Amino acid sequence: MSEKARTIELEVLRYRPEQDSEPLWQRYTVPFTEDMSVLQALQHIKDDIDGTLSFRWSCRMAICGSCGMMINGKPELSCQTFLRDLLPGPVRVEALAHFPIERDLVVSVDGFVKKLEGIQPYIVPKVPRTLEEGEYLQTPAQLAMYEPFSGCINCMLCYAACPQFGLNPDFTGPGVLALLHRYNADSRDGAREQRMATVNAEEGVWSCTAVGYCSEVCPKHVDPAHAVNQNKVNSAKDYFLRWLKPAAAAPSKAGDQP
Amino acid sequence: MKPAVPDVPVESAARVEPAFSQRRPYTRPMGAWWRRDPFFMVYMWREVTAVGVAAYAVLLLAGLLCLMQGEAAWHAWVGWLRTPLSLLLHGVLLVAMGYHTLSWFDIMPKTMPMLFVGGKRVSGALITRLGLAAAVAASLVLCAIVLGVTR
Amino acid sequence: MKRSNAPILWGLFGAGGMLSALLGAMLVFITGFALPLGWLLPPGAIGYDTMLRFVQHPLAKLFILAVIALFAWHAAHRIFHSLHDVHIRTGLLARLACYGSAAVMTLLSAWALLVLGF
Repeated sequence: MSEKARTIELEVLRYRPEQDSEPLWQRYTVPFTEDMSVLQALQHIKDDIDGTLSFRWSCRMAICGSCGMMINGKPELSCQTFLRDLLPGPVRVEALAHFPIERDLVVSVDGFVKKLEGIQPYIVPKVPRTLEEGEYLQTPAQLAMYEPFSGCINCMLCYAACPQFGLNPDFTGPGVLALLHRYNADSRDGAREQRMATVNAEEGVWSCTAVGYCSEVCPKHVDPAHAVNQNKVNSAKDYFLRWLKPAAAAPSKAGDQP
Repeated sequence: MKPAVPDVPVESAARVEPAFSQRRPYTRPMGAWWRRDPFFMVYMWREVTAVGVAAYAVLLLAGLLCLMQGEAAWHAWVGWLRTPLSLLLHGVLLVAMGYHTLSWFDIMPKTMPMLFVGGKRVSGALITRLGLAAAVAASLVLCAIVLGVTR
Repeated sequence: MKRSNAPILWGLFGAGGMLSALLGAMLVFITGFALPLGWLLPPGAIGYDTMLRFVQHPLAKLFILAVIALFAWHAAHRIFHSLHDVHIRTGLLARLACYGSAAVMTLLSAWALLVLGF
């Protein structure tokens, strides 16, 4: 006697710009097993049911940050979200919120990438250092100041969680500000002054109203809310104490000799 | 056969779409976004407590202005404070202020840099508890002062 | 990117938020229940003469001004941002309505406290 195969329904928000005037929901019935992720369900759809379904994915183990999408209204990595937790279904799958939909579950990430490039997301040495001097030394305490923020995988779930970004796409946003803070808080870095320009702008930390959902949804526990709100204090200090700084210290460009 | 793509100079910074591009990014409206998730509703309720804070400031100012206008005005004000409407309003304000206190110290750790005591990270939860304790202490001090002043 | 002037208003928001978080509930209890209904306090406490004498003390004036002003600036900042949250245009009119009210309340209370004398 064979057992009836278990299935689960997925409702996916489709959008094909060449044929759809606006997005529409489409239902699929997918085989269910206890270990399946939503990503695997989508892959089944693409492989066996509807090859036109488009979605991003890569590592399928929650480290590449490609597969972010809205699952039952919450920003999740589809590779890390399991059908067994979403029974009995239907499971609503939609492109990541607050981003323009390019096609089906694929969103436009241009804005995010541009913002990321704009914050100098790399260590700018305080003083030039030769190889002979050896590696930087850093205490565990110094490491702890930035380590959580270095865990960001650029998945943009925090942007889907942030209503202020949804209301104003010019807001630098939680992820980029967390990465900015990762470098500012690193004892090896010397470009804090330049990055403060991003922090101090209206579209920097000052668009944040401490909703805090970004930190809730982050799959890597980066706590971007902490990074952004800490920098409100830093920005305020910078604002009120700027005239106490040495007048000669005009902000140097990255790579300048000190 | 591959469709022809217009010749674009390599240095061009602008992204030029081929003539046949059918890209048409769709922006979804925000609408009543706060209703999409209970987390957002809690945030909205938290922000509504600001109206309570404003209301109390207005009431305190009103009382001050009545006091300034003399004994009769002051008695009228006290009379109003004793009405059921005023008591109901103050009951609502009490809840609003209480929730404001709780949510304020909940967020406070996020605005502080990471703290370490004896090599261990001071948790946000601990900072919240210390803040709430400070609120209780400050309230008791205020109580004591009011009792001291009026006796 | 242009530097924002938000820190000034944020500072006032923070001060008002902290003061109301520490003392708000107790203040509501004292002025809304204990004083008018005579709970735990002597009955004459809310009388005109007692109140007048209290308000004429410079420290009391400072405290009352701080409470009214900081609560008002805190609320103004928050309500202004909430308007933006619910799609109300946060232009000059909204700014005047919110921060203007806080300014008016600050000036009014300062004036009233001075008129009440020492």
